[in-house]
Amino acid sequence: MHDQFETIGKSVHRKEGIPKVTGRAIYADDMRFDGCLYGRTVRSTVPHGTIKEIRFNPGFPWTEFTIVLPEDIPGKNGVTLIDSEQPFLVYREIQHLAEPIALIAHADRELLEKALYQIEVDVDELPAVFTMDAALERNDIFKSYLIEGDNVSDNWLDADVIIEETYGTGAQEHLYIEPQAVIATAIPGESVTIWGSMQCPFYVQKAVAPLFNLPRERIRVVQTETGGGFGGKEEYPNLIAGHAALLAWKSGRPVKMIYGRREDMWATTKRHPSRTHIKAGFKRDGTLVALDIDLVLDGGAYPTLSSVVLSRATLHAWGPYRCNCTRIRSRVVKTNSVPHGAFRGFGAPQAIFAIEMHMNRAAEALGMDPAEIRRRNFLRKGDRMPTGQVVKDELDLGCLMDRALELSNYRHKRSQYEQANRDRGQKRKGIGLSVFFHGSGFTGGGEVHLASEISLRLTEQGGVEVLAANVEYGQGTNTVFAQIVAEACKISPDLVRIHQPDTATVPDSGPTVASRTTMIVGKLIERAALELRHRLNKPEDFRSAASQYLRQHGTLVVSVRYEPPPDIYWDETTYRGDAYAAYSWSCDVAEVEVNLTDYGARVTNFVSTVECGRVLNPALAAAQIEGGIAQGIGFALYEDVVLERGAMKNNQFTNYIIPTTADTPDIHVEFVEFPYNNPGPYAAKGIGEMPIDGPAPAIASAVAHALGGRFINEVPLLPERIMRNIELGSDPLLYQSFGADPELRK
Amino acid sequence: MQVSFVVNGKNQTLSAAPMKRLLDVLREDLNLTGTKEGCGEGECGACAVIMDGLLVLSCMVPLCQIQGKSITTIEGLADDANLHPLQHAFQENGGAQCGVCTPGMILAALYYLNNPDEAEDLREALAGNQCRCTGYTRIFKSVEAVGRNEF
Repeated sequence: MHDQFETIGKSVHRKEGIPKVTGRAIYADDMRFDGCLYGRTVRSTVPHGTIKEIRFNPGFPWTEFTIVLPEDIPGKNGVTLIDSEQPFLVYREIQHLAEPIALIAHADRELLEKALYQIEVDVDELPAVFTMDAALERNDIFKSYLIEGDNVSDNWLDADVIIEETYGTGAQEHLYIEPQAVIATAIPGESVTIWGSMQCPFYVQKAVAPLFNLPRERIRVVQTETGGGFGGKEEYPNLIAGHAALLAWKSGRPVKMIYGRREDMWATTKRHPSRTHIKAGFKRDGTLVALDIDLVLDGGAYPTLSSVVLSRATLHAWGPYRCNCTRIRSRVVKTNSVPHGAFRGFGAPQAIFAIEMHMNRAAEALGMDPAEIRRRNFLRKGDRMPTGQVVKDELDLGCLMDRALELSNYRHKRSQYEQANRDRGQKRKGIGLSVFFHGSGFTGGGEVHLASEISLRLTEQGGVEVLAANVEYGQGTNTVFAQIVAEACKISPDLVRIHQPDTATVPDSGPTVASRTTMIVGKLIERAALELRHRLNKPEDFRSAASQYLRQHGTLVVSVRYEPPPDIYWDETTYRGDAYAAYSWSCDVAEVEVNLTDYGARVTNFVSTVECGRVLNPALAAAQIEGGIAQGIGFALYEDVVLERGAMKNNQFTNYIIPTTADTPDIHVEFVEFPYNNPGPYAAKGIGEMPIDGPAPAIASAVAHALGGRFINEVPLLPERIMRNIELGSDPLLYQSFGADPELRK
Repeated sequence: MQVSFVVNGKNQTLSAAPMKRLLDVLREDLNLTGTKEGCGEGECGACAVIMDGLLVLSCMVPLCQIQGKSITTIEGLADDANLHPLQHAFQENGGAQCGVCTPGMILAALYYLNNPDEAEDLREALAGNQCRCTGYTRIFKSVEAVGRNEF
């Protein structure tokens, strides 16, 4: 079906792949600067308190060090993001453990490490809040939403069965393999330059400019090769870039700040822990008639991105189901935990876990197969979501699900495993599924506010250079951008060059987040590339036409800016309208084995069918799905962030377990394409985040199947949680900030 | 202390503290930055190199243990004109995404292909090398293709 295209739909090889496989790619820590100092952060060791004194122990060679305290900050001591509540350095009140208090720099890393133990911070400790319940009691709410469908109250009377449950998900650590890393240089009083591992160079520029009271153009931010991010390098680099820049400003020398792994895991953001209460009414035939959802997220100590994470959670809470009687209330609360932040999925995995588990519960209660109760309620063309958004295109989720059931041999295995489990062996098998969607791009009017812009420029080789702020961090931006240009200009992708994201030379095409890069920015690139070809009079031989044009005119640059699709409307105040311009859809089927000797569960096979519009690069897209599923397996089974007084206690690879090669099953991905009027380039939609949404409920329902219908409402499904369920025969949900109180872990 | 050793076929002699990590010697003294630090405590595998035929984690090897040793890093696999078959296979099969685990992963795969009897299978052989991007599927494909002499 891709025959109409030369490059689109082909698995073009990763553009920066050769430097990566040969070790030549340059990451932040690989850069060298003459006279470079290393920077470290002095952090709070209490979760809440006021600082009385910072003491530098005498007898230590402090004069050799550069030291930055809040009073050294030349401008605003607040990290500008949505608000600027979070300080670069605590100046009034410590709000969480590991909060930055002071900065030190020295050329000798070992001496620097020793110096951290020679600084004492005297604090008057204050009572701290670690649980969502305590925060709700205090009414410490950063943000709340309420969405009510067309018909909120009447339908409950039509329900034959009403099911009510509470679900919980834990924090999750990104665990990008390259830790946070930036390098800063400064000309004090004049300008700052930052190189670093990041997703959003213009966010860093926007955050750092007020710190120095400088206009934005005096802050240059350059993204270096980035070793994974998953959201963990969306907003956090703002803080560490500011820190390195403060040290560079004061010392007049380049300053490298590279977090060690323990510091990275202790001090940086995690996925928001969640608790979701669902009450749903069904008819005996499985029809969903009424739905009431109450979702709470733990935001941690500062608002950061929590309001938008909550927004996405809220707008995915109903799952891919039709119900005109829906009410969703959501809140994100303030606690004294390290702020929770962006993580692939951005609130959706928490909400989708709850609704998908609830559908399984309902299927069990009604004696239906989990696939069939879903089929009865799937959204179809013409249906309205609770926001009033109408499904405009044909949507056949039954087809998407059936393909996954077929590939996984679901029906046969479901009965086969049930039969085998009757033998009461030590190893029980189960199979479960989830069906879900993910909105591409920023929520609501977000893309209009961003007003992203990109440029394309003819190169001396007769090719095209892409100037955009969106970064490659493993997901394939460079390659997909090159394919889009190549297709539109009818040239080889090898002739397309991607300019390094650098705020001094590329336009602001927005952050590399929200599954927006291919769909939103890729569309800008398609438009600009078509315009470029048009300006050259649509040549058959682009290369020679480009060379000729450059000889005559010197240069050719085409810039385009985002324009909202004409039929999209969103009301931010009422939360009604088209929340996303497009949705991608998916069905996961997981098989598990639960060992009743050690209560460990493992995934033995995984199938995912995915509809994301036209697939621009099948190998890269499938790789995104496979990697997301592996993270989802971790979220479902292994990844337990033990928060002790609001900070990660198990902050090492050795005791925070992510799936290894031995834990990751064969993953089978198949794309189903419904390329209708999708707003992306060549009818593509977003893909990066969706694969993290489905594995947890699919795996948890497979575990329930293996255990003969015992549902566990909370992930990760650690052996102790499975044991407790089996031994106690019930599952009291421990939904507090996990691990905050030893009593709750009993 | 002064030590002499071989890196990627070249003799090296340098003086540094005896407990300086091989990882830092490679990255800082020899500017071989293809070897990456992921955790610094021997858990993630990003800094893996081959030393006298054995796969070692360079963050766990102090300078005082490398006298006379022969070390191969990712930079030692390809010559100027030709990629190593594993590098070629990782590029063709999408085995690298963000690229930080890649050098250690390729060296661990090389060790496995040279010593297939030391692990039950490829999954076990690579279990000490963590990757957060790929879900490992395309890494397996890459290594298996080299095992079949396809590159």
